[in-house]
Amino acid sequence: MEDTLLSLQHITKNFGENSILNDISLDVRRGEFVTLLGASGCGKTTTLRIISGLESPDSGRVLLGGLDVTALPPEKRPVNTVFQSYALFPHMTVAKNVAYGLRVRRMNKRDAAARVTEMLDLVQMTDYAKRMPAQLSGGQRQRIAIARALAPQPQLLLLDEPLGALDLQLRRQMQVELKRLQKKLGITFIYITHDQEEAVNMSDRIAVMHNGHFEQLGTPEEIYDQPKTRYVAQFIGTSTIFEASVARVDGSRAILKNENGRFSADASQAKLTPGEQCELCVRTERLRLSRTPVDGFDLPACVTEVRYAGGSVLTYVKLHDGTEAVSAGEMRMADAMQPGETAYLHWEQAAVIGGASHGA
Amino acid sequence: MRKKRKIFSTLYLTVVLIVLYLPILMVVLYSFNRGRSPSSWQGFSTMWYERLFQNALMGSALKNSLILAALSSGLAGIVGTMGALAMAHSHFRGFGALETIATLPMMIPELVLGMAYLALFTAVGIPLGMGAMVLTHTTFCIPYVFINVKARLMGMDPSLAEAARDLGANPLRVFLDITLPLIMPAIVSGMMLAAAMSLDDVIISFFVTNAEANTLPLKVYTGLRSGGTPEINALSTLMLAGIFLIVALSQLFAARRHTDIPPV
Amino acid sequence: MARNAEKSRRALLAAPMAVFAVLLVALPLIYVLATSFVQNGNFSLHAVFTLDNYRALLRADYLLVFLESIKLAFWTTVLSFVIGYPFGYLMARVNRKWKPFLMMLVIIPFWTSALVRIYGWKILLQANGPINGVLRALGLIDKNIRFLGSYGSVLLAMVYCLISFMILPCHNAVDKMDFTLVEAARDLGAGPCRAFLTVTLPQTLPGILAGCVLVFVPSVGLFYLSDIMGGGLVLVGNLIRDQLLKVRDWNVGSAMSVVLIVLSAGVYLLYRKSGGDDLGVM
Repeated sequence: MEDTLLSLQHITKNFGENSILNDISLDVRRGEFVTLLGASGCGKTTTLRIISGLESPDSGRVLLGGLDVTALPPEKRPVNTVFQSYALFPHMTVAKNVAYGLRVRRMNKRDAAARVTEMLDLVQMTDYAKRMPAQLSGGQRQRIAIARALAPQPQLLLLDEPLGALDLQLRRQMQVELKRLQKKLGITFIYITHDQEEAVNMSDRIAVMHNGHFEQLGTPEEIYDQPKTRYVAQFIGTSTIFEASVARVDGSRAILKNENGRFSADASQAKLTPGEQCELCVRTERLRLSRTPVDGFDLPACVTEVRYAGGSVLTYVKLHDGTEAVSAGEMRMADAMQPGETAYLHWEQAAVIGGASHGA
Repeated sequence: MRKKRKIFSTLYLTVVLIVLYLPILMVVLYSFNRGRSPSSWQGFSTMWYERLFQNALMGSALKNSLILAALSSGLAGIVGTMGALAMAHSHFRGFGALETIATLPMMIPELVLGMAYLALFTAVGIPLGMGAMVLTHTTFCIPYVFINVKARLMGMDPSLAEAARDLGANPLRVFLDITLPLIMPAIVSGMMLAAAMSLDDVIISFFVTNAEANTLPLKVYTGLRSGGTPEINALSTLMLAGIFLIVALSQLFAARRHTDIPPV
Repeated sequence: MARNAEKSRRALLAAPMAVFAVLLVALPLIYVLATSFVQNGNFSLHAVFTLDNYRALLRADYLLVFLESIKLAFWTTVLSFVIGYPFGYLMARVNRKWKPFLMMLVIIPFWTSALVRIYGWKILLQANGPINGVLRALGLIDKNIRFLGSYGSVLLAMVYCLISFMILPCHNAVDKMDFTLVEAARDLGAGPCRAFLTVTLPQTLPGILAGCVLVFVPSVGLFYLSDIMGGGLVLVGNLIRDQLLKVRDWNVGSAMSVVLIVLSAGVYLLYRKSGGDDLGVM
C-alpha cells in the first residue's frame, strides 16, 4: 500500500434530490494510468472534481499520499486538471498561460521561463509561446492545456475528456502521445472518457462507472474478457448475452442450459451452484459458428444475415427462442455460412455474469 | 433586381441618417453664426464661444456636470460591478427581486422617479442640490454597469476561474488575475454609458436640484424654454463634442472586448 | 462550509446595490404610492386612507390629457416602427464591413443630448428658418409655414428622440434571424412580399415588441419636448409637474404618477409575459 497515491474512501455526493455518487471507493497507485469510463451523467466528472477539490463530497474521504485532503481547497492540492473546454486564459499569451501555475507559486521569472520552454518542447509547441489562445486550433489548445497543467509538476493529473472535441485522426494521434507522455514523466493520470476504445487503448486500469458507482475496476483485458456485470459487458465491445440456468458444475467448467440448448463455460472465476440463474457474455469475436455440432455445445441457430465489415465477416444468427447473436470471424465472404443454414454455436472464452453467489 | 434593392437600401439608410444628423448639424453650424437669429447667416464667428467661456454661470454649470458625471459613474461602476459579481450564476431568489428593483429606473418614465425623489426628499428633510443629484444619478447609472458586467460574467466560461484555482490561485488571485481583466471592458463601457446618461440628464436633475447646483443640460433646458440663444448653440455643440468623445472611446473599448476565444 | 463562505461573500458584495435599490428606488416609489392614498400633502403615519385623489383624476379634462398622452405615445411608437424597422432591417443586411460604422452612426445621436437635438429641429422648423427658406426658394410656398407649435412638430420631436430605441432591437432581431428560412419559403413558392409577411415579420417579432416597449414607455413621460416645441400641448408629464410645482397638490400628483407607473410596468410586464427578454443595454 506504500505506493498508493490517491485513495477515495466511501465518497457520496448528492445534488439536491439527486444522488450523483453512491459510496465509491478507489485506490490509485503511483504512476498508474486509470480511466473512469461511463456514459454521460454517470458521475465521472463529479468524481474528478472531488479529487481536484472543486467539489466537496457529502461524506467520505479523499487521501493523497496518505494525507486526508478532503477539506483542502483546490489551490492547495498538488493536483492539476486538464479541462474539457481547455479553459485557456484568453487574455494571456500561451507562455503566460503555461507559466500561470508557477507564478502563482512565486517561482521567479527566470526559472518559470525555463520550465515553460521545457513544457512547450514536451508538447511540441515551442514556437507558439507568444501567441494568444484565440489564434490556436483545437488540437493546439489541447496541448497547451496539458503543458499548463504539467508545468507545476503535480503528483496527479486529471484529464476530463480532453480529446472529445477533436476529430478522429487527431484523437487517435493524441491518444498515443498522451500515453507516451505519461510513461515518460511517470506522473499518475486519471482520465475520463465515454469512448471505450480510448479507455482500452490507453489505460493501465479502467473503472466502469454507472449511476454513481463503479460497476467494475480492472485492467482492460479483465474488463473486456471477464465483465462482471451485464452493464459492463454491454458497454464495452459487442457481445451476445445468454441467460441460462446452471445444470451441473464439473470442476472448473459449468454446464448451462436454456431453451435453446446446452453449453459450457469456464466457471473458475465464479462460484456457481446447480439450479441458479446466470448470464453468459460471449464476445462477438469469440463466438464461433460451425456447420456441425461441437463437443460440449448444443446450440443450433439459423443464419439470418451475413455482412462484410472491413476485415471480418459478421454473421447474424437467430436461436430457437428468437434470441439474436452476432459472430465476427476473419474469413472471406465466400467461405461464410449463408442465410438459412443451420449454424452450431460454440466458443472457448466466455464470461459468467450475474448469479446469486457471484460477487459483482 | 438585386441592384435595385441595393440602391433602395442605400438611399433609405442615407436619407434617414441625414435626417437624424440634420438638427445636430444645425446646432453646430449656427453656433458659429455671427448673427443672433438663426434665420439668417451672418458670417462665421466664434464670438458665442468666447461669450460662453466668459460666462461664470456656464463655468460653474460645466464644473457641476463634470463632477456629477464622474462621481455618479464612478460610484455606479463600483456598486454595479460588486452587484454583478454577487448575482451572476446565483440561484438565490432574492437576487432576482433585487435586480428588478435596481433596474426599475430604466423601466419607468424618469418623470415619475424625479417626482418621487422630490416628494421623498422634502418629506424626509434631505436637502436638494449636488448631494441629492449625485445620489439619484448614481441610482439610475447603476443598472447600466450592472447589466453590462453581469452579462459578461454570465457569458464567461466558468472553467476559467476553476482552472486558475486548480493551478494554485486563491480566490482573491483568481479575481485579480482572471475575472477582473476579463470584465474590465464591460465595466468601462458601462461606466461610460452611465457618464453619458448623467451628463445628459434633465428630468431627474430638474427635480432634485437647487438654485446653486446648475448643470449644463438644465441650463440648456431653461435657455431653450425662453427661446434659445446662440450661446446655447455653442454650449450644445461643446456638449455634443464631449459626448461624442465618450461614445467613441467606449466603442473603441468595446471593440477590444473580443479577447474571447471563439469556439473551434 | 465553503458553501456558506460563498453565500456570505455574495451577500456582502450585493449589499451596496441593495442599499441603493431599497433606499433610492423602492422607498421613493412606495412613498409616492402612500402619498397618493392620503390627503393634505405629504404622507404621515397619522394620515387617513382615502381614494379621493384617484377620484379627482376622473375629471374630464384630466382624462383627456391622459388620453392625449397615450395617443401621442401610440403614434410615436407606430411612426418609429414604420421608419425604424426598415432601417434596422436594411442595416442588418448590408455588407459586413459597413456594419460597425453604421452602428456607431445610429448610437451616437442616441447618446448625445436629446435637448440639443430637439433644439436643432427648432432651428430648422422655425418660421424664418432654413426649411421654410428652402421651400420658398423652390417656389413651393410663398408664406412661411408655422411648423412649430403644431401637433406634428411634437410628434416629430418624439419620434426623433426615440427612434434609435426602435432601430437597435429591430436590427438585432433581423441580424439574428436565420435567413435560410426565407430562402426556404421562396423555394416553396412564396413571393418576396409573402415571404416577408409570413416569415421575416413573425421571426423578428420579439425585436419589434422590444422596440415598441422601449419607445412607448418613455413617450408617456417626455414632457419637456412639448414644452420646447411650443404649442402648449398639455401632456401627462406637464400635468404632473404642474400639480407639484404650481398647484402644489402632492397627493393628486402622486396619484397621477402611480397611474403612470402602473401603465409603464404593465406594458413592460406584458412584454415579458409574451416572451420578451431583459431589455438590457445595447
